[in-house]
Amino acid sequence: MTRKFKEVMIRRIFFLFACVSILILGLIVTFLFREGIPIFRAVSIKDFLFGSEWYPTFDPPAFGIWPLIVGSFIVTFLSTLIAVPLGVLSAVYISEIAPRSIKEILKPVIELLAGLPSVVLGFFGMVVLAPWLQDTFDLPTGLNIVNASLMLALMAVPTISSISEDALYNVPREFKEASYALGATKSETILKVIIPSALSGISTAVILGMARAIGETMVVLMVAGGAAAIPESLFDSVRPMPASIAAEMGEAPFRSEHYHALFATGIVLFLLTLAFNLIADYISNKFKEVGSGTL
Amino acid sequence: MAIPSTMRWRYFKEGLFFALVRLSALVITVSLGGLLLYIFLNGFRTVNWAFLTLPPTDSMTKGGIMPAILGTFYLTLGAIAVALPLGIMSAIYLTEYAKQGPIVRIIRIGVNCLAGVPSIVFGLFGLGLFVVFLQFGSCILSGALTLGILILPTIIGASEEALKGVPQTFREASLALGVSKWQTIYRIVLPNALPGILTGSILGIGRAAGETAPIMFTAAAFYTAKLPSSILDEVMALPFHIYVLATAGTHIEETRPIQYGTVLVLVGLVLGVDLIAIFIRSFIRKRKRW
Repeated sequence: MTRKFKEVMIRRIFFLFACVSILILGLIVTFLFREGIPIFRAVSIKDFLFGSEWYPTFDPPAFGIWPLIVGSFIVTFLSTLIAVPLGVLSAVYISEIAPRSIKEILKPVIELLAGLPSVVLGFFGMVVLAPWLQDTFDLPTGLNIVNASLMLALMAVPTISSISEDALYNVPREFKEASYALGATKSETILKVIIPSALSGISTAVILGMARAIGETMVVLMVAGGAAAIPESLFDSVRPMPASIAAEMGEAPFRSEHYHALFATGIVLFLLTLAFNLIADYISNKFKEVGSGTL
Repeated sequence: MAIPSTMRWRYFKEGLFFALVRLSALVITVSLGGLLLYIFLNGFRTVNWAFLTLPPTDSMTKGGIMPAILGTFYLTLGAIAVALPLGIMSAIYLTEYAKQGPIVRIIRIGVNCLAGVPSIVFGLFGLGLFVVFLQFGSCILSGALTLGILILPTIIGASEEALKGVPQTFREASLALGVSKWQTIYRIVLPNALPGILTGSILGIGRAAGETAPIMFTAAAFYTAKLPSSILDEVMALPFHIYVLATAGTHIEETRPIQYGTVLVLVGLVLGVDLIAIFIRSFIRKRKRW
């Protein structure tokens, strides 16, 4: 009896620890809202989200984060456009084509790229890419959408590549063999059988890559240029949400409207990435590959 | 016999596709290689013993980066101390105890969502909870707790992976001898999973050491003359130091060598730690006894 009791207690203790992640998510929501909600006494939610003027330090201040949202979406979209082909094709290479020796180099390369601190990529974008862009395209500044998107793409590639690779790896062998038996070439098999079968996993990879890009702070803080206006060309500067929070929080007086507005921006950012993650989770569960059919 | 033109077209497409696929792998490798080489070539002249062991002088335009290295060390150590016990316990519940069902599903979604929270949001959270609400102020404690929460999903994932790698037969053999479930986990499963868990945790260390946004408002100081004497002191940290030198102040061009040197030290630390983990992992995989 005592032994059984002890086992039950241990089980319950472990359960409590497993709930810590949920608890932390709850705390994140609580504290973001606690510090962010007060801004809506000064501005309506609609004006906050869709107001096109972000002048938090002017008198009177304007707290419209629409330019920041647009900035975030543009760099995310563009970096996804660059990172998806690179990530998915490299995953195809690793899982289907590369010989073992190259695979053993390429997988650590992608892992190291994932481990590269974002401030380092931001620094690289500032000191190398920005001057180059500025000279080559004769721009007023090299700190712009294109620069930020390229650096963000480099951050999103490892996420997309490693999750896609998992998905490709899990496609049942029989699918491939059936395709070869029908006379399809290797590329036809990959494009028409393997990739479609792994599509849910690849979609998950892409969405998580986008979530990574939209939430990334240091790169956009250092290389996006920081102009809080809706851009007119790809070589314009933008101020994505994370950049705005990171740049201004240090100067915003404690519990001022500006401070609350930055927390409210954090809420928007948090809800966006939460949505991305829930969609990814939904897709990967709903369309889970159930294995090959058997006779 | 001539190859029919439809076949030639198919071979051409095959070749084109292979070329594209190889190109993508090449682009990724060259990007990483080029970046690392560039940082090394620009930074290695700055990095010497004095640079690593002296504090900055002349309003950070000269001297070394020792306080920043020390600060990053403290923060990372604290983060691991927070995340490792929590992460291992969570993973034990998820792999050993939990039955498939709605509760486990919710916990898993929670862990996934936590992994996806942007680093700047962790920074805001740390500011709201640790710095303001609990009144720790901006210090090592606040920063380490924030970073610990940030790497918790990494540790949970790595620990789950390692626990799942222990063969089911080990557990069954132990249970068949009349050993209780907890004793089986404690004496059989955990010791076998430990190398894998620690390897995964090393990757968490790399992540914690390189993050900037979560410590900006919770721990990092622009410049402190004295070294921290308690966990309630502000510290300098390598990533934040890079950001500060590269973007703020009037000496941005003048301090370029120091910036490159600091970047090299940070990249060396983080990727060095990651490489160690990758090597140990492939070593464990190769000499697995089961």
